[in-house]
Amino acid sequence: MSEEQIKNLEAQFEARIARDEKIEPKDWMPEKYRKTHIRQMSQHAHSEIVGMLPEGNWITRAPSLRRKVALLAKVQDEAGHGLYLYSACETLGVSREELYEQLHSGKAKYSSIFNYPTITWADMGAVGWLVDGAAIINQVPLCNTSYGPYARAMVRVCKEESFHQRQGYEIMIKLANGTPEQKDMAQDALNRWWWPSLMMLGPTDAESIHTEQSMKWKLKRKSNDDLRQQFIDQTVPQAELIGLTIPDADLKWNEERQSYDFGEINWDEFWQVVKGHGPMNKERMKARVGAWEEGEWVRDAAMAYAEKKQERKQKQAI
Amino acid sequence: MINENLYKYILGIADNSLILGQRLGSLTGHGPSLETDIACTNMSLDLFGQVRSYYQYAAKIAGDNRTEDDIAMLRKEREYVNVLLVEQPNTDFAYTMARQFLFDVYHLLFLQELQKSKDLTLSAIANKSIKEVSYHLRFSTDWIKRLGDGTAVSHQKMQDAIDGLWTYTDELFHQTEADKAMVAEGIGVDVTLLKEAYYEKVNAVLEEATLEIPESKWFQKGGKKGIHTEHLGYLLAELQYMQRAYPNMEW
Repeated sequence: MSEEQIKNLEAQFEARIARDEKIEPKDWMPEKYRKTHIRQMSQHAHSEIVGMLPEGNWITRAPSLRRKVALLAKVQDEAGHGLYLYSACETLGVSREELYEQLHSGKAKYSSIFNYPTITWADMGAVGWLVDGAAIINQVPLCNTSYGPYARAMVRVCKEESFHQRQGYEIMIKLANGTPEQKDMAQDALNRWWWPSLMMLGPTDAESIHTEQSMKWKLKRKSNDDLRQQFIDQTVPQAELIGLTIPDADLKWNEERQSYDFGEINWDEFWQVVKGHGPMNKERMKARVGAWEEGEWVRDAAMAYAEKKQERKQKQAI
Repeated sequence: MINENLYKYILGIADNSLILGQRLGSLTGHGPSLETDIACTNMSLDLFGQVRSYYQYAAKIAGDNRTEDDIAMLRKEREYVNVLLVEQPNTDFAYTMARQFLFDVYHLLFLQELQKSKDLTLSAIANKSIKEVSYHLRFSTDWIKRLGDGTAVSHQKMQDAIDGLWTYTDELFHQTEADKAMVAEGIGVDVTLLKEAYYEKVNAVLEEATLEIPESKWFQKGGKKGIHTEHLGYLLAELQYMQRAYPNMEW
């Protein structure tokens, strides 16, 4: 293709996005668009899968059968989200095995939040309420993103995520209204998960390298800082409603902006976690890689069996 | 208690699902593939759903304000009456699937009979559970075949798992006093009558999976009387931790 032809295609492509048309797998797309989407969608899929671990950690210890069942259903949903997202990603010509390889080798990232440990039951509430809450703020705009398969996956994902978030908040309500010991447990979980949840919305606009391009492709509608502000404004009243305190001495309602001012995020901690040195990075990867390696003989058996079955079928046909 | 035999009878059914559900629940996120992870979590979820129906009914029969969670989490190790099979550890995927299969075949046969119970609640629970357990059985049967008739490695692992768990199968067909009383009333299932169909079905699948049917006639028992393997104590320590550490609270 000549340079001029490519320019022409690019112009048509940009025009389609400007008209809010969806880009579909067989459509022409710039290589950079394809790569950015593989990066973001696979990172999203990996986050769902790694995210099963901190919550899976409490399945056997959930305090009531009702909570256990809800937690199992939630973790099952997450695995399902992982599946949709890997499938959506595969429409861009990359295989799930390649994506796993990128995750296991550390080449691909997953959400930094899952590198924090779930150490009490209240963490199941905090993760649902805050982590899923922040995820929803990030993800709802993606239901309208320009790449069709991603947008459609997100419609389903977001429905289930809002349900999980309500479940998490309900756990917190119950604890906050419970015994003093339960209330302390809830407050402690909020203290530990608050700042990492704010970090989930990404680096400040000044440091965010992908923002401009992502805005153009409608992968992003608002900047990280705007989304963070939205999350804070939405979450602070929810904490107040159940009598919990946000662990930020600088948090204050700003009458003029009609929004909360808040304290400085510890970006050193953020980068430490992103670069692999958070509290649980190594264990999470060990669990994922371990499951993959230990499961190899099972996957091999399934392949061998499928081939044998196929052969038998062919023989019968003859 | 209005009907102690019925109460004990229900626990005899539900404890199996509780303990197996707990075993499956600990696998979440650690399976050989995303699909098997989803399936094992799903089976665990089904089993706990069934457990809740049974214990809620048992709590009502007990009539002393105890709840499903009291029954699930506040009994001592000698008071659980699940069969030994379901408390066996998730040694590897072959063991997990063999345990599942050996239980599912029984579970489905059992529920098909329980559906005919004179007790309408039990018959309704059975009716709902049959659909789920048919799925479980299809899943575990497929994996017995895949692993048995897959590679040399998987064949060996599956054979080891079947050999290792075989000793716990006979207990499925033992009767407790509560069982006998409930059978006499037309409420309970006479499990002794399921034995033949069970081994017929199990053997057929093992044969198709190119596996040897174990010949041992030595079997273990005790679970139904609360005499368990050493595995159960650890399992209960996790299951009960929250209820023990924070008693009398709502979650």
